[in-house]
Amino acid sequence: MSEVQFSKQELERYSRHLIIPEFNIAGQRKLKAAKVLVVGTGGLGAPLLQYLTAAGVGTIGIVDFDVVDESNLQRQVLFTVDDVGKPKVEVAKQRLEKLNPHITFKAYNVALTSENALDIIREYDVVADGTDNFPTRYLVNDACVLLGKTNVYASIFRFEGQASVFNYAYPDGTRGPNYRDLFPSPPPPGLVPSCAEGGVLGVLPGILGSLQANEVIKVITGVGDPLAGRLFLFDAATFETRILKVAPDPANPISGDNPTLTELIDYEEFCGIPAQNGEQTSDIRAIDVHELKRRRDAADGSVLIDVREPYEYEIVNLQGRLIPQNSVEEHLDQIPSDVDVIVHCRSGKRSADVIKVLQSKYGYQNLYNLDGGILAWAREVDTSLPTY
Amino acid sequence: MITIHIPTPLRKFTHNAAKVTVDADSVSGAIGALIGQYPELGKHLLDTDQQIRRFVRIYVGEEDINQLSGASTQLKPGDAVSIIPAIAGGSKG
Repeated sequence: MSEVQFSKQELERYSRHLIIPEFNIAGQRKLKAAKVLVVGTGGLGAPLLQYLTAAGVGTIGIVDFDVVDESNLQRQVLFTVDDVGKPKVEVAKQRLEKLNPHITFKAYNVALTSENALDIIREYDVVADGTDNFPTRYLVNDACVLLGKTNVYASIFRFEGQASVFNYAYPDGTRGPNYRDLFPSPPPPGLVPSCAEGGVLGVLPGILGSLQANEVIKVITGVGDPLAGRLFLFDAATFETRILKVAPDPANPISGDNPTLTELIDYEEFCGIPAQNGEQTSDIRAIDVHELKRRRDAADGSVLIDVREPYEYEIVNLQGRLIPQNSVEEHLDQIPSDVDVIVHCRSGKRSADVIKVLQSKYGYQNLYNLDGGILAWAREVDTSLPTY
Repeated sequence: MITIHIPTPLRKFTHNAAKVTVDADSVSGAIGALIGQYPELGKHLLDTDQQIRRFVRIYVGEEDINQLSGASTQLKPGDAVSIIPAIAGGSKG
């Protein structure tokens, strides 16, 4: 490691690390020699990338397929209003290069998939998982276990955060527990809403992403006691923190006593997410926002029902009848069966779920889902409406 | 009394209560009492065989009940039971 050299500029830049006795230039050399892949350039990725860059991790890979959206700016502090519409990885790379010119960045403007994950992750020593959905969580986990990489994990929902260090390499060569030891299978789709549906306090990913960066640095340098075999929980609303133990599960299909998973699988299928145009939605009739506009302009007598939550209705609404998804079955009297009923939500998913229930349990035959929800209306029909 | 910590995604079924106290001397008793108070939680915590679902972990203190005696793990007054669900949020949204 002594072959890693620093310029005068770098030594000055990292001086506050170098004077920590247990960190010193040895720790800084390990950082410079390290390659870290950050998956997801969002709420968690923003602090992660900024701190890892500032701290001097030598090579940083950045994976994200998305572009910056107005609704990201509440928490994704790497981006500015000027960046809206631009690819996240490109903007991130440009910003971070200004923060620390001594770092090598590699931007992957792609979604991580079962096809590319091994090739991308193979190039790195440590992975930091800041993704936002279950299929990618399991994909990152499995790829890290198969390749023997440590996976520094954090996840957030509303006011609540989780963090852990998975598949940590102990000095004796054994590996710490991984994500599948903690959660052998994902929740069924719909039970745990995404941040898009459920919301998240903007500062929370800042807190958890910073903790993640701290763990990445500890894993690389060997300083301190990493969060391996433990799950950190933080409730920002009550300021309660807990640390729970995570034990290896002998039945873990990828790292247990009798592993059956030796390659990556179809993670959408594993998480129960039907393929596009799958049969689950085929029996639901849908109309697009232009058809809704025609019907409303013609006052055709159809009824519009909004199954979002009241606080969403306050942000923006189409004057539909508000019956939140969870209370639909208690308000069947407000859902006519003799005229066309158009059901909408934010993006079209919850309304489809509601229609499924109403059709299968209560025999409704007059329901139409609004494709793309109120977001599509705001995008294509009335651009003066805010999106969220 | 046993305190049960309710995670955010399940609070919609507990009228937003973050903690629920029950009288119970085992984990299964505590979960049963919790579901008694909030019946809608039942289908999210237990499968059709009344087993705890695989995407939630139950802890007593800092120990996973799978490392103790599972659902029959004994509880003593003052114990804290945590329900830990998988959450995925992070990047975009």
